[in-house]
Amino acid sequence: MIRIILKRILLAIPVLLAVATITFFLIKQAPGGPFDAEKAVSPQVLKNLNAAYNLDASQWEQYTDYMTGIVQGDFGPSFRYPGRSVTEMILTGLPITFELAIYAILIALVIGVFSGVLAALKRNTALDFIPMAIAMIGICVPTFLMGPLLVLIFGINLELLPVSGWNQIPGDKILPSLTLGFAYAAYIARLSRGGMLEVLNQDFIRTARAKGLSESSIVIKHAMQGGLLPVVSFLGPAIAGLLAGSFVVETIFQIPGLGRFYVEAAFNRDYTMILGTTIFFSAMIVFFNLMSDIAALWLNPRSRDES
Amino acid sequence: MSNNSSLWSDAVSRLIKNKAAMVGAIILFVLILCAIFAPYIAPYSYSFQNLDLGASPPSSEHLLGTDILGRDLLSRILYGARISLMVGFVATGVALVIGVSWGIVAGYFGGRIDSIMMRIVDVLYGLPFIIFIILLMVIFGRNLWLLFGAIGAVEWLTMARIVRGQVMSLKNQEFVLAAKAMGVSNLTMFRRHLLPNILGPIAVYATLTIPQVMLLESFLSFLGLGIQPPMSSWGTLIKDGVESMEEFSWLLIYPGITFTITLFALNFFGDGLRDALDPKTSDN
Amino acid sequence: MKKFHVLPIICSLFFIYSCSENISPVDSGLEDKIFHFGNGTEPQGIDPHIVTGVPEHHLLIGLCEGLTTANPKGGSSIAGAAESWDISEDGKTYTFYLQKNGRWSNGDQLTAHDFVWSWKRLLTPSLGAQYPDMLYYVVGAEEYHTQSNSKISFDTVGVKALDDLTLQVTLNEPTPFFLGLLSHYSTWPVHKDTVLKHGSIDDRNGEWTRPGNFVCNGAFNLKTWELNNKIVVEKNPMYWDASTVQLNEIHYYPVSNVMTEDRMFRSGQLHVTSTLPSQKCPVYIEEQNPNLRIDPYMGTYFYRFNTNNPALVDPSVRKALAYSINRTQIVEKVTKCGQIPAYSFTPPGSNGYEPDTAIPYDPELGLKLLKEAGYDENNPFPKLEILFNTNEDHRKVALAIQQMWQQNLGIEVELVNQDWKVYLNREMIGDFQVSRAGWIGDYEDPNTFLDLLRPNRGNNKTGWGNPEYDRLVQLANTKVDQTERYELLKQAERILIDEMPIIPLYTYVRVYQLSGDVKGYYPNYLDHHHPKYFYLERD
Repeated sequence: MIRIILKRILLAIPVLLAVATITFFLIKQAPGGPFDAEKAVSPQVLKNLNAAYNLDASQWEQYTDYMTGIVQGDFGPSFRYPGRSVTEMILTGLPITFELAIYAILIALVIGVFSGVLAALKRNTALDFIPMAIAMIGICVPTFLMGPLLVLIFGINLELLPVSGWNQIPGDKILPSLTLGFAYAAYIARLSRGGMLEVLNQDFIRTARAKGLSESSIVIKHAMQGGLLPVVSFLGPAIAGLLAGSFVVETIFQIPGLGRFYVEAAFNRDYTMILGTTIFFSAMIVFFNLMSDIAALWLNPRSRDES
Repeated sequence: MSNNSSLWSDAVSRLIKNKAAMVGAIILFVLILCAIFAPYIAPYSYSFQNLDLGASPPSSEHLLGTDILGRDLLSRILYGARISLMVGFVATGVALVIGVSWGIVAGYFGGRIDSIMMRIVDVLYGLPFIIFIILLMVIFGRNLWLLFGAIGAVEWLTMARIVRGQVMSLKNQEFVLAAKAMGVSNLTMFRRHLLPNILGPIAVYATLTIPQVMLLESFLSFLGLGIQPPMSSWGTLIKDGVESMEEFSWLLIYPGITFTITLFALNFFGDGLRDALDPKTSDN
Repeated sequence: MKKFHVLPIICSLFFIYSCSENISPVDSGLEDKIFHFGNGTEPQGIDPHIVTGVPEHHLLIGLCEGLTTANPKGGSSIAGAAESWDISEDGKTYTFYLQKNGRWSNGDQLTAHDFVWSWKRLLTPSLGAQYPDMLYYVVGAEEYHTQSNSKISFDTVGVKALDDLTLQVTLNEPTPFFLGLLSHYSTWPVHKDTVLKHGSIDDRNGEWTRPGNFVCNGAFNLKTWELNNKIVVEKNPMYWDASTVQLNEIHYYPVSNVMTEDRMFRSGQLHVTSTLPSQKCPVYIEEQNPNLRIDPYMGTYFYRFNTNNPALVDPSVRKALAYSINRTQIVEKVTKCGQIPAYSFTPPGSNGYEPDTAIPYDPELGLKLLKEAGYDENNPFPKLEILFNTNEDHRKVALAIQQMWQQNLGIEVELVNQDWKVYLNREMIGDFQVSRAGWIGDYEDPNTFLDLLRPNRGNNKTGWGNPEYDRLVQLANTKVDQTERYELLKQAERILIDEMPIIPLYTYVRVYQLSGDVKGYYPNYLDHHHPKYFYLERD
């Protein structure tokens, strides 16, 4: 087990290096630079700006400078916001996106697992069809449709919840977390239902029932460990999806998180910011994939990487 | 092969009995027809504006209303179907081609080759593809073919894994060993023996990938990176609708419903396919 | 089982929340005198010599102050950091007498030396300031800024501190709009000791602008800055005119999504918005929304031609295209928000300037001109491409014009939209045929527009240059008498419209929502609103 973990961590390093390199050279291909503005920059000024940010060095030199910087944890200054470093900006946006993601995952897990387990236990009854139908809605309605709809219903028509901001008005965290979490609740509901069904059909469950154990003890003690395995494996890719979802949710609800920083940086050609967030996101995805694989292995040591 | 035909007919009859899947199939069929024949059945061109009219609610001339520039919503939804479904099918096709080839080669040859190929898949799994797609769209502009390629490049990984798994279990079966003994070339092996037997899972996964792709495309459109106007996919129509949802709610409702129903249909049909082909996981 | 218990709890939480007192920030603003300002995108920073942009301006106008400030009710500039000034007979020498109790926010006296050092900083080449040309009218400034070898000393530049409170500025020409120029933030002062404590004079990334470090001479001081979330400034007791200032704090919100900003305003979270979603405009106009503001704005929305493109070299062609656009229909059916069709490049009424040019809507004339240029059925006009930055409103205008050119002239038009940076880049390198553009005046004088299209101006981007036009504009800047000046400028404008390197479409308006509680916020042609005059009162 330890060996597997170590191997994966070692593997992660070249992956991140590759990500950084690819992104670096990709960005340099982009037309439009960080200093292009509506009021044209005179060639003289442009020269000075490029010099100030080391953009007049050869690409290879810029690349090596940048890489040495990263190893020391320095992602460089932001091009768009003079005086701010990328590291600082990431550290500002990260806790917020993280908090949003945690709420979303919690909502997704709580609603998803309960619905899925319930549906599996009460298979082919109304308590199966209704949650699964709602789950289907969650999967088929995109986040950027769900969000505005929730805003329209709860924020504007009913005036129950704030429509934007984060930490400005009490309750403004509810709608964004719900929007982001709902889609994942849907997937988790289906996965846990499927997983539970498969486990509940197995021999050892029948044996436990024959032995006279109570239904709840069967479900909780015996079935869930194996039944929720697909959910645990799903968590890794879910985090990746949450990051993507955060772009949309943070834009709709004006949340100052990392996702919004990233999208704006891409549009503004803030080179260092784009690089920094890309590398950072990659590292997070690698980390969470690893965590979820470890959890899956721990829950069921019988499954190796047979996919 | 007679082994297979009775399996197939079993599967088909199971599929037909699944009402939800059949409804889904019918809806899809209608939609695909609409998409193909859009230029003939759409009452207006998707770009024809009527500035004097502006946004108007559904009426006898414009069955679903018009948008802010006076363009007929029904026509735009029909043309949007072409784009969205095209993106869905083509990008999934790209993912299919790459994923299936990759999976067959890795699964069949096994050993070192398999190890390396699947290691690559593992590594790629860990990349923030969304970010790369956004970057590609921002850098290289909103090229339709680039969109297909980029989205396809994201979705092929799981396909490769599934195919590899299937091929590995097929590899040791009698008919494969027999063919090998007869000296059949690798290419023929893939084409004639392996491929037909893994069509089932491929079809299921493909059908379930198409809605993912469509969601991804609409997500990109929402961020302003998808299809170029005046052509619109359902994603751009929804995005426009969100902007005007308070004053001109029909601009959001109709594209939203159409999109959701299509995704429903694809998912139900895909689920039905999967249940039909693998009765263990169905509700019998 | 467990699922059902959760539902009633959630429902009761909703009820508890909605029944509780909902006091909006606008309501509480009356008591705590806090102004909530919707500010568009997140400001790049608050170094007045480095930043460019409108959200930055909204912030800086409260934090720092130049020699002169705009009169809130319009008209010529009034006192700022300088309490009065003299202008020499020939119009080339300005002597500014600074406020006797002018102070920096840390208590230091504001002196003329501060201005000399600040202007030196702005003109320091290695700083990479993007608005140095505001000061190019000063003797020696352009030479100092464009030097490549640091040999020229700043002493050659025409700005001197005669004593602690007297600043003398010498200009190349009697630039009549010089005082107006001084309301642009690039000419404002920075606190030398603070800047140098955190970096050198040309350090762009110095931390002197952080809350806690920042020192300036404005009505407010920087309190906190939460990135992408909220910026708070508080009243500066050291400000020379602090007795006029009635607000305690201003909170700036970087809301980039216009729909969200509109909703925030309607739910009482903002006192003023930065803009208005365009589809709301006709709705609010019709329902006579009392919070809707449509103010005249010194800006022109226009289309640029790339006159180097073979199809567009001939002015007759360009005029044909211009005459085939129905401007009235565009402002009435497309933009629908009180914009005014433009028949000149400079907005009429800018400081009393009234151009006399005309652009008829005459598609027949347009067709005739095309024919004269040699295009007909046998030699059809090639396909034209309109470039614009990705934005719904620009797309609408482009679509309308596409249809007009198609219908009136039979010309096929393709629309290409790119995101902002790419669009700017393509315009700069001349990779376009027709591109959408807009220009807002930097100061209230027609020169800010006409100067744009002089040859070799970075912002020209059309490849057009007319020596007579250039001569007229330059000559006008040497005249002190306004009537004489304007005559020359009107001649130049006529040349412009006759050769049509750009097609004026409409004059901008400033559209936004303003809460009824806000007083002291007056319409301003350049959209400069000094927060020292704002106060909150409910009728």
